[in-house]
Amino acid sequence: MGDAMLAISNLNKRFDTAAGHVQALYNVDLQVQEGEFVTVIGPSGCGKSTLLRIVAGLDSGYTGSVTLEGVQIGGPGIDKGFIFQEHRLFPWLTVEKNIASDLPLGNKEVRQKVDELIELVKLKGFEKSYPRELSGGMAQRVAIARALLRNPKILLLDEPFGALDAFTRAHMQTVLLDIWRTNQTTMIFVTHDIDEAVFLGNRVVILEPRPGKIRNIIPIDLPYPRKKTTTSFQELRLKVLNQFEKVDELELTDGAGI
Amino acid sequence: MSEGVEALIKTTKGVKETPNNVGTAPINSNKELESNTTPGVWKSLLSDLSIGAIIPVVTIVVWQLAGNAGWISAEFMPTPLKILDALVELAVSGELIHHLGISIGRAGIGFLIGGILGLLFGVLTGLFRSVEYLLDPSVQVLRLVPHLAIAPLIILWFGFGEISKVVIILSGSFFPLYINTFMGIRNVDNKLFEVARVLGFSRYQQLRRLILPAALPSILLGLRISLAVAWIGLVVAEVIGSQSGIGFLINEAKQNSRTEIIFVGIIIFAVVGKLIDSLFHAIERKFLFWRDSYHG
Repeated sequence: MGDAMLAISNLNKRFDTAAGHVQALYNVDLQVQEGEFVTVIGPSGCGKSTLLRIVAGLDSGYTGSVTLEGVQIGGPGIDKGFIFQEHRLFPWLTVEKNIASDLPLGNKEVRQKVDELIELVKLKGFEKSYPRELSGGMAQRVAIARALLRNPKILLLDEPFGALDAFTRAHMQTVLLDIWRTNQTTMIFVTHDIDEAVFLGNRVVILEPRPGKIRNIIPIDLPYPRKKTTTSFQELRLKVLNQFEKVDELELTDGAGI
Repeated sequence: MSEGVEALIKTTKGVKETPNNVGTAPINSNKELESNTTPGVWKSLLSDLSIGAIIPVVTIVVWQLAGNAGWISAEFMPTPLKILDALVELAVSGELIHHLGISIGRAGIGFLIGGILGLLFGVLTGLFRSVEYLLDPSVQVLRLVPHLAIAPLIILWFGFGEISKVVIILSGSFFPLYINTFMGIRNVDNKLFEVARVLGFSRYQQLRRLILPAALPSILLGLRISLAVAWIGLVVAEVIGSQSGIGFLINEAKQNSRTEIIFVGIIIFAVVGKLIDSLFHAIERKFLFWRDSYHG
């Protein structure tokens, strides 16, 4: 596995608070191959967001090594796209200007790529809309387009559909899989929804809390597009769920797919 | 010559042709839209105005009637009609425009200098902690001194000329813009800063694409408050001692016991102040249409 795109080894992260210290991540090892879709699931407090933020370069102060294409991660940058739980669009910019952000829309190449991405995330006709005029799902698609415009080596998604209703979420999952197959971007997707994790990922990484460490990694060898109602899907879903039953403190939040 | 004329005809033709080519359907629908919405807009505007007008209109009518009946002394409280006469007289003689122009000029220059300084210092203290530690404590102490209290000192230093008036005005309009710019920058959502980091914004991009637009609502509010304070400073500067301006008009009327002219001056201050404030409010709305907040 020496040629993994992302290699995390012996990663430890501790938060020091007034009440003492919390071991957020403990001896985490994980390799992600180029073009792979990895989902990370676990109860609250298992450090899944922290793991993602460290890969993004947003959090530091850890021990161990995290390399992207063999290079230690220094800080955040456009090679590591990040989608937050909230869309975090700039409220004063239109959809197309949000996607472009610091890149000039007057530039032909940028203009063309922005138009392509608007097509890809199915937002044609909303180029000139402002974030307040968009639904949650639409805004999140703009955020995804904004990240993709920078051609990231890896796209990191931190519970991106957690705030959406069940129907919109299912739709967004399909949209994201389309994007993944079209662009073949490597993805790490953090969620607390078991259905979502099994539906999207080549592999499901299960984290357990206190201290946050990898409990198991379950390969999902179902062909895409997947159907949540098939027996094989349900079997894999149960397999993941069983992992949780070993963790007593199952604290899945409302709306999770259980 | 003839070529030029031909070209001219061509261009006018071109202009003439375009609307026809564009197609009539959208124009028609626009007209329909207009005729549908216009009465509604006027109606609501009128009803807003009429509710707001109740108190002033009743006050003026009662005032006029009380004056006619001799219940209030004309010397202390001239009737609305007498005030109107004075206003017309001053307007016709051109005195009003002359003094108003001078007043607006003074307020404008003072506001411009004070505002630019306030904006500059606000941006610097907002962006750099070291500048904040250096400047902010001193500014906060000075801010709490009512700027009118230092007016006598300013006159002592700069005399009764234009400079002292401008200094009084700018010393007032500096602080609101300074504080609101500073607070606006410091209140930028940290979550958006994370986005800027992930998108790899440079320090300059961060300032131009995140900090300034995000702080704009606060900066524009500061601008409006600064303008109001400049207007107040103007009155003080002109009443204390001057040979021109609306404040001078009021002061002179007091010495000549022409109370109605004092009222004219007050009304001019109120109306022009309100007009300028409305103008800036409109500018505010033009720039901040993207805000998703409660509109009442």
